[in-house]
Amino acid sequence: MNAARRRKQSLLRWFVLVPLGAFFLLPLYAMLEFTTRSADGRTAEVWTTLLDWRQIQEDYPELSAGVVYSLEQAALTAVLMLVLLVPTMVWVRLRLPWLRRPLEFLCLLPLTIPAIVLVVGLAPVYAWVTYFVGGSSLTLTFAYVVLVLPFAYRALDAGLAAIDVKTLSEAARSLGAGWGTVLWRVVLPNIRSAVLSAAFLSVALVLGEFTIAALLNRENLQVAINLLGKSSATISVAVSLVSLVLAFVLLFALSFVGGRRRSKETS
Amino acid sequence: MVPFGAYLVVFLIIPTLVVVIGAFGASPEDGGGATLENIRALGDRQVLDAFVFSISLSAASAIIGAVLGALLAYAVATAKPDGMLRRVVTSACAVLAQFGGVTLAFAFYATIGLTGFVTIYLADHFDANIYSGGVWLFELPGLTLVYTYFQIPLMLIVFLPALDGIRPQWREAAESLGGSTWQYWRLVGGPLLAPAFLGSTLLLFANAFSAYATAAALVSQGAPIVPLQIRNALTSEVLLGQENVGKALALGMVVVVAVVMWLYALLQRRTARWLG
Repeated sequence: MNAARRRKQSLLRWFVLVPLGAFFLLPLYAMLEFTTRSADGRTAEVWTTLLDWRQIQEDYPELSAGVVYSLEQAALTAVLMLVLLVPTMVWVRLRLPWLRRPLEFLCLLPLTIPAIVLVVGLAPVYAWVTYFVGGSSLTLTFAYVVLVLPFAYRALDAGLAAIDVKTLSEAARSLGAGWGTVLWRVVLPNIRSAVLSAAFLSVALVLGEFTIAALLNRENLQVAINLLGKSSATISVAVSLVSLVLAFVLLFALSFVGGRRRSKETS
Repeated sequence: MVPFGAYLVVFLIIPTLVVVIGAFGASPEDGGGATLENIRALGDRQVLDAFVFSISLSAASAIIGAVLGALLAYAVATAKPDGMLRRVVTSACAVLAQFGGVTLAFAFYATIGLTGFVTIYLADHFDANIYSGGVWLFELPGLTLVYTYFQIPLMLIVFLPALDGIRPQWREAAESLGGSTWQYWRLVGGPLLAPAFLGSTLLLFANAFSAYATAAALVSQGAPIVPLQIRNALTSEVLLGQENVGKALALGMVVVVAVVMWLYALLQRRTARWLG
């Protein structure tokens, strides 16, 4: 590429990045400004409260409960998703290749069903869930697994496509390994980064979920933020900002995991 | 395999069937049975208005998001592939595109709400009231602005792979034949990227059309968009027998999204031919 064009490209780059960057950073700055307002100048009161977990539990019990619920839902969703999806995908690749298209279709189907529509259909199903296992907010995990399915499927599918599952499992089987060993000690270690990114994506998605939790009258972080917004807007805005920044850190870390995989493939 | 299948049946297939069948079912108070009454309710003034509003909001935010997002994606694509800029922008975009929801509502509340930073700053320093013509934050222009905040990032995420698929050799080939930059974009780059751009725009439309959380947290009165109408149908205890109207609304949404996603899949196949 010649120097003149490179200069022009880099000029255009800044011409695009600066205004858009301003557009995206302005609300974040506004949130910070909003939470440090006081009658006379600035105060960090909200932030000292937020740093003190015990204080939150005392002053905003629904918020601390929401945080705990969201973390538990995220962990359970990631685990349940992996337990259900990984063996199925491996098995379909090995033994039932004709099922691959239907499986892909089913896994991507939730993309075309808006969460709000899923809620409408899930309401009667959840009447049964409540009947059998109770009305705990953790039962949302069942719905969340469906919600994260398309993203998890894509991540895992890319991971499985990069290795030769068939040869690996046949080699292991011929050495006397059972299916459990094949899955746990041969396939899983080979798709570690795909599993990790599927889990990360699920966690990020669950931590940001609002629609289903709110309409099924369960609790989680986003429901708590929304509820608090009606009584004390400052704390809601502060928690929103924190959760956005934390999600960014999580996905930024993920970008390095993905990068390592790519460089390993090319080497 | 079997547990996975059973799981999907309970939590994906049954809910879908509940919506589809429920949309054509009469409420138990009316004795049950099949009916077109719920579908007819979709013709109500209020419901039609909600669909029109939802579609205009989704279209406006999709087009703005697609254009600005494509520019952003181009800026990122020309930067170093493993550089900091690309990492930061793509991670930030992933957060804003998927995580948004309620937090975005509060972000804009703090920015251009009635006591928001920008509102107050402009009032103090320039004596300008951005709401002199009425509070537009909760109407079409305001919601479009808020929606672009997650549409632009989503555009970057879905459009960047297409831009990465463009090979520098094509540009060099065009140059070696004496083509100018303008000719390259009009005759090579443009036609190559057009299906990907249109497909991404459709995806953005579907995304805005399905979005619920931001509007739910922002709009406290009335139900201008379809998802909020569904919320009303689900939670209202005043009107018994409204439950199946909610299912008809849900079915209406699925139909719109399914058509859009079908077109998206068609365009995606065209894109894959060159830029896969």
